Amino acid sequence: MFPIVATRQVARGIKLFEIKAPRIAKKQRPGQFVIIRLDDTGERVPLTLADANPEAGTITIVVQGIGKTTMLLNMLEVGDSILDIVGPLGKPSEIENFGTAVVVSGSVGTAMAYPTARELKRAGNKVISIVGARSKDLLVLEDEVREVSDETYVLTDDGSAGEQGLVTKKLQELVDAGLVNYVLAVGPVPMMRACAKVTEPQKIKTMVSLNSIMVDGTGMCGGCRVLVNNSSQFACVDGPEFDASQVNFDVLTQRNNMYREQEKQSIEQLLAQAEVAVAKQRANIHKHECAALTAGVAHE
Amino acid sequence: MSKSNNPLPNKERIKLPRQKMPEQLAQIRAHNFEEVNVGFTAEHARQESLRCIECGKPGCMEKCPVSVDVRAVMDFIVKGDYMGAAAKVREDNALPAITGRVCPVEDQCESGCVLGKKGEAVGIAYLERFVADWERESGQFGLPKQATPSGKKVAIVGSGPAGLACAGDLIQMGHQVHVFEALHELGGVLVYGIPEFRLPKDIVAHEVEALRRQGVVFETNVVVGKTVTIDELFQEEGYNAAFVATGAGLPRFLKVPGEHLNGIYSANEFLTRVNLMRAYRFPEFDEPLYPCTDRDVVVIGGGNTAMDAVRSSLRLGAKSASILYRRTEAEMPARVEEVHHAKDEGIRFEMLVNPVEFLGDEKGNLTAVRCTRMELGEPDDSGRRSPVTIKGSEFDTPCSVAIIAAGTTANPLIQSSTPGLQVTKRGYIAANDDTLATSKTGVFAGGDIVTGGATVILAMGAGRKAAKSINEYLKSLDGAAVETEKALAN
Repeated sequence: MFPIVATRQVARGIKLFEIKAPRIAKKQRPGQFVIIRLDDTGERVPLTLADANPEAGTITIVVQGIGKTTMLLNMLEVGDSILDIVGPLGKPSEIENFGTAVVVSGSVGTAMAYPTARELKRAGNKVISIVGARSKDLLVLEDEVREVSDETYVLTDDGSAGEQGLVTKKLQELVDAGLVNYVLAVGPVPMMRACAKVTEPQKIKTMVSLNSIMVDGTGMCGGCRVLVNNSSQFACVDGPEFDASQVNFDVLTQRNNMYREQEKQSIEQLLAQAEVAVAKQRANIHKHECAALTAGVAHE
Repeated sequence: MSKSNNPLPNKERIKLPRQKMPEQLAQIRAHNFEEVNVGFTAEHARQESLRCIECGKPGCMEKCPVSVDVRAVMDFIVKGDYMGAAAKVREDNALPAITGRVCPVEDQCESGCVLGKKGEAVGIAYLERFVADWERESGQFGLPKQATPSGKKVAIVGSGPAGLACAGDLIQMGHQVHVFEALHELGGVLVYGIPEFRLPKDIVAHEVEALRRQGVVFETNVVVGKTVTIDELFQEEGYNAAFVATGAGLPRFLKVPGEHLNGIYSANEFLTRVNLMRAYRFPEFDEPLYPCTDRDVVVIGGGNTAMDAVRSSLRLGAKSASILYRRTEAEMPARVEEVHHAKDEGIRFEMLVNPVEFLGDEKGNLTAVRCTRMELGEPDDSGRRSPVTIKGSEFDTPCSVAIIAAGTTANPLIQSSTPGLQVTKRGYIAANDDTLATSKTGVFAGGDIVTGGATVILAMGAGRKAAKSINEYLKSLDGAAVETEKALAN
């Protein structure tokens, strides 16, 4: 069991967890991920590591509640535990001195890109971070990113923070100015695909972190297979980072939709349970109200 | 051997008919995940054990990869001492309830039974299963004796059949045994691969519990090579030896167009979702499965894994469930009993066909598999006649789910994270045939990670062999320590 030792709401629907997992904390490298299973009936879900503290024996994950498991996880608090966490899995990010490295991230992807940005900085790169989100309340770890970057640009779709626009707008400007030697893009598939398009004409080395559906995370099942340079690669052991110019994003999107119906059903079930809980709470209040009426006393 | 408890003379024993294994009716079991074979009653067991003529040189024991003393076990059963029989089996076989269910006995113990030469062999596996089930249902454990503690620590990597068998022997030899498992549940292929209807999970859990009671320590969620390396286990955690039994590895795909369509699984993934993750009980369990209900499912391959996958898909409500195999039934590597069970349940067998492409709709969902017909040509390296494509024989088989059971290749996790560990040309760990020692001192390896995909019992045999070598190696460490002390004293 893996106890949650600290939590922090970092944006709307996005929560940061520090979890006791000494073995993983000791070995974690930027770019790697863990697979969690909440309880005996839970599914296995891959989550990128945002940080680790080997001395304290803790790992940090930042979770956006989008499926049943992540929604449930985000309801847990300090004192709760997660049944299973395994890792660190996948290959660490490639860290070397590229010159100027641009780290582009969207929403919760920022938490995953952050440790790599920090390492790139340590390796001597000039690090430029481009942080995007739909709106201000979905921006995460902006301060942390600023601390490890030489320059940081914030963009939101609605202009509620930073510049209005997509991250690719800023990336295009930097590329056009001839300033970029290396790009890492972490975020939703359309964003990563768009970044790859921006850097392709000048053949700037661009890596993307792929969020395939996984089960075991050790190469055993092949469920996370992606088409890279027209050959099958397993995101769990060959990735999760791949050269963006070689990735077939269409296949990635198609495969990530494989369980859309079931995912919907699971969320509906969870929400229905919440509705039952609310109904139960209301019935209970009603009982108290009735009892108060019968007793003829005012109940606060 | 002590005097036999069997009251019958040999000429009477050989007249007794082999007892039939009671099984769930095919038309019922095809729709549930409960066990197919129901198991012997005590009366079945007595009748069957009476058939053993107690050969002077028992062929059954010789043909058993873990050398179970079958004759002695039979005698315990004849006597009605089932707990004694269980303890006797456990001396050589840490997982009797499992091997009694999944061993390819027609190639092993039962092929060595002298009765099989003229009639039918003694149902050794059925009896082994009976004994183990009796022990489990009694709520007690027939545990073997242990040697005095050696003070030595052994790390076992992988809790599949090789790892568990090795753990069972090493703990009896008095060593501390710590088993590391990458997944969240113990048992390796016994829990992620073999389906509930062939090997119920609570049986695996019981065998693991028997080992725990003997003192074996288990740790789940540790991917050796990632979470901790072999070198760290030796240098930082004080292990004296390690046994690498990480099992079969990466699934082999067909490398034909369309293999990324939705609805195409490796058998490993399909079975892991259904077995380990209990996806057949979705949404009670969270892990989803691409729907099989009322749809056509094809499974490509002819081994036990293919049989497990196709029979699982039928139980998930498939409209049709078919095996596509590029050779003929005679070359299929699956156990005879599995093929027989599958046919009874209504699985279709399409022989001499080879998939060349998967076809899908605009959403990327599988709609059909394009195959060619094959004929058998000259024998290949494996001695089997290799299939040759018949020109112009292409045809499409509609299907929504395709499961590829075309074997596995070596998982490089341990090899690539362990300096000094030699691998074979195909990427498996190189180990000495007799000792299972690797190129790295103190590290032994066995099971599928050395041989490539094989059977549960062969992996268990490797586990036992490794335990013996590790025991000798650990003793030699003491010897070496004594030598060093002597040298220092002089």
